Amino acid sequence: MSVRRLAPKELQPASFTFTDENLAWAKAQIAKYPEGRQASAVIAILWRVQEQHEGWVSEVAIRAVADLLDMPYIRVLEVATFYTMFQLQPVGKKAHVQVCGTTPCRLRGAADLIEMCQSRINHEPFELSKDGNFSWEEVECLGACVNAPMVQIWKDTYEDLTKESLGKVLDGFASGNPPKPGPQNGRQFSAPITGPTTLKETT
Amino acid sequence: MTKLIVDGKEIDVPAEYTLLQACEAAGAEIPRFCYHERLSIAGNCRMCLVEVKGGPKPVASCAWGVRDCRPGPKGEPPEISTRSPMVKKAREGVMEFLLINHPLDCPICDQGGECDLQDQAMGYGVDTSRFAENKRAVEDKYLGALVKTSMNRCIQCTRCVRFSAEICGAPEMGATGRGEDMEITTYLESALTSELQGNLVDICPVGALTSKPYAFAARPWELGKTQSIDVMDGVGSAIRVDTRGREVMRILPRVNDAVNEEWISDKTRHVVDGLRTQRLDRPYVRENGQLRAASWAEAFGAIAAKTGRIDGKRIGAIAGDLAAVEEMFALKELLAKFGSANLAVQGGDAFDPKAGRASYIFNPTIAGIEQADALLIVGSNPRREAAVLNARIRKRWRTGQLKIGVVGVKADLTYAYDYIGAGPDSLSALAAGKHSFADVLKGAKNPVVLVGAGSLARQDGAAVLAQAAKIAADVGAIKDGWNGFGVLQDTASRVGALDIGFAAGAGGLNAAQMTTFGTLDVLFLLGADEIKVPDGTFVVYIGTHGDRGAHRADVILPGAAYTEKSGIYVNTEGRVQMASRAAFPPGDAREDWAIIRALSEVLAKKLPFDSLAALRQAIFKTVPHLMRIDQIEAGQAADLKTVAGKGGSLDKAPLTSSVDDFYLTNPIARASAVMAECSRLASGHMLTAAE
Repeated sequence: MSVRRLAPKELQPASFTFTDENLAWAKAQIAKYPEGRQASAVIAILWRVQEQHEGWVSEVAIRAVADLLDMPYIRVLEVATFYTMFQLQPVGKKAHVQVCGTTPCRLRGAADLIEMCQSRINHEPFELSKDGNFSWEEVECLGACVNAPMVQIWKDTYEDLTKESLGKVLDGFASGNPPKPGPQNGRQFSAPITGPTTLKETT
Repeated sequence: MTKLIVDGKEIDVPAEYTLLQACEAAGAEIPRFCYHERLSIAGNCRMCLVEVKGGPKPVASCAWGVRDCRPGPKGEPPEISTRSPMVKKAREGVMEFLLINHPLDCPICDQGGECDLQDQAMGYGVDTSRFAENKRAVEDKYLGALVKTSMNRCIQCTRCVRFSAEICGAPEMGATGRGEDMEITTYLESALTSELQGNLVDICPVGALTSKPYAFAARPWELGKTQSIDVMDGVGSAIRVDTRGREVMRILPRVNDAVNEEWISDKTRHVVDGLRTQRLDRPYVRENGQLRAASWAEAFGAIAAKTGRIDGKRIGAIAGDLAAVEEMFALKELLAKFGSANLAVQGGDAFDPKAGRASYIFNPTIAGIEQADALLIVGSNPRREAAVLNARIRKRWRTGQLKIGVVGVKADLTYAYDYIGAGPDSLSALAAGKHSFADVLKGAKNPVVLVGAGSLARQDGAAVLAQAAKIAADVGAIKDGWNGFGVLQDTASRVGALDIGFAAGAGGLNAAQMTTFGTLDVLFLLGADEIKVPDGTFVVYIGTHGDRGAHRADVILPGAAYTEKSGIYVNTEGRVQMASRAAFPPGDAREDWAIIRALSEVLAKKLPFDSLAALRQAIFKTVPHLMRIDQIEAGQAADLKTVAGKGGSLDKAPLTSSVDDFYLTNPIARASAVMAECSRLASGHMLTAAE
């Protein structure tokens, strides 16, 4: 992990307004907490803001959230920079690939996936591909070790990947036709790849 | 009370104490970085680890309550050890971790010699490091004109974050990122806006936040240290003046729980460069419309020539914001010899010394704010007029037991309040019980009515004072054991002047009359710069800086600034305090009382004191309570009832604060480049706020 800063000024949008739907949703989140404790909703609302605005949190959005929650700006900035799930610079329009690089995935070939991202998207993490459609980063364990190696794109995980199958997944996102989430080698969830080894007999 | 055994010594402490406080009560020294007794507890530096008997590992004593300790198996009191091998090892470990990323730049660090980390590394650390890797590097942050950063040195104690949020009431600092990448910063490195930000430098236990104006100026061990009193506002904060040779290098706060706790405002701290520039270091005489440098004899001669020809009753004197009691007393005596009672202190026209002390001091006292449960602020912006006192109001407000109402300007005071109205009509409505805040005041046990000097320095000032006193009397703020009526004086000289009767005497003129065309022939300005003197009056300016008063003067007599003389000042709560001399006045400048004494001889009106001691004897004979340094002579509640009964017609104009620009209120501050820069930054903030 490295120092997380907001995106440079020229990439920042000029304004941010909640959509009506998101604003109503945010108000509902705030209502979950006791009077005067509205700041508790900050993570949920920042996440929604990220979803609304192309997958990243901009400076104006941070201020909008702070104003909505009656918090000092710095407090929201603290939260946004603390949690790595908040992207602070533009990410790929079609897919932001989060490659798990923790030990189990690493042992099962995460390095290949990273190499694939480097060659196909950008050599550096968090940088956009030439067409602006893709970006990637290495993340810590996403909890799918049994299907290692894996990546997460938006809210879905793609598991049991190889260089080739990751390529296919990315092709799918590029054409607007993402594959079905889950294992990409024909395996059923986390069942053994060779088929069932126990409980084969029914009584 | 709970019994504890600390290092084998049994002590009895309140159950709400933390272990750290209990250990200190037992006389044990606990090293700490993040813990500060006036801030909330963070518990993140781990330096204060102690061993609790029976526990498997050391505990952070700052965050561990006495009531959380369990007694021994046979019911014996909990046993704490602050000197066991486990504690020693724990402290060495913590210190080693803290120093892993701390640069070894003490020789070029401004904190060197007064650094908590340096001292504690000597006391509790080891002499080697096992860390061979690269240290982390952090970009320095911009925090405004007063605080310089060197973020490599930061140990992330978060004292500054808590200070700005809790004491300043401007939550601008924060810690972004996490883990090794955590960085202390403001939002997008915007300048701090608090007028207490200078205290961040004191509160930082390492050299990460240092004073920008004082950067690389001196080392603490080469400075002479003089304990003194601040005169930038009416609070009279306790300060320490650090000098090298004859130059004042910096000003630091001293702890005085009755007045300033351990904070001082930025004006108090950073006015230092104003003491060096624009100084009057020799007498001047105006000839053919031009001021020219002269000798003392020439200057005195010019005054004697003028006063010799005129009626003594057409001589007057106005004292400025920074005048000490001594010189005002001497000047009063001199004018008395001329038969003149034309005396005034700047902004003091609304007050009558004969109405009693209670009518012009802050009766509840500054520490008394912490007993108050309702506060009405009338025509004042305490944040600008007395920043440190405002921090005390905020401290009480944060406990949730103080309700605040404001009549006057709607400003950001760092706490929430009920806004009642802008003008005196709102005050009248409140007095008539037509606003809900009247019930809050009535229902309060210890209500306070705070009246700003700005709302009294107008035509109907006496009527506003009477109206406010009436409200105080009506809501029961003036009773046995509690006097909740207080005037917030914004200058250091005013209470002292009123105490010695430096105000229009029988048949005398007040400041407004003295500055009307044709009333006076000679006017002495004792450092008074906010006065517009009409044409035709011969002005003798006794002061320190080439400011407004000096520009208008016909004769300039160079005096001593507050760091260059020993003088008595009386703060807004009526506390008598003595400032000490830390340096000498520049060039031919002399202490003000000595100038007046010497002048009196040339004018053939010789004053009967030859030394400061003799002068003080004379003062104490006339006004005995000035003898009692650091004490408050309480005002008489009965006097307030008289003031309240006076009535008077109120103007319609809204009540305003007496201070427009916090940073430029007096000649020393106006001469300071640092204050000018702060003022520029502050006005920039106001512009953005108005957009």
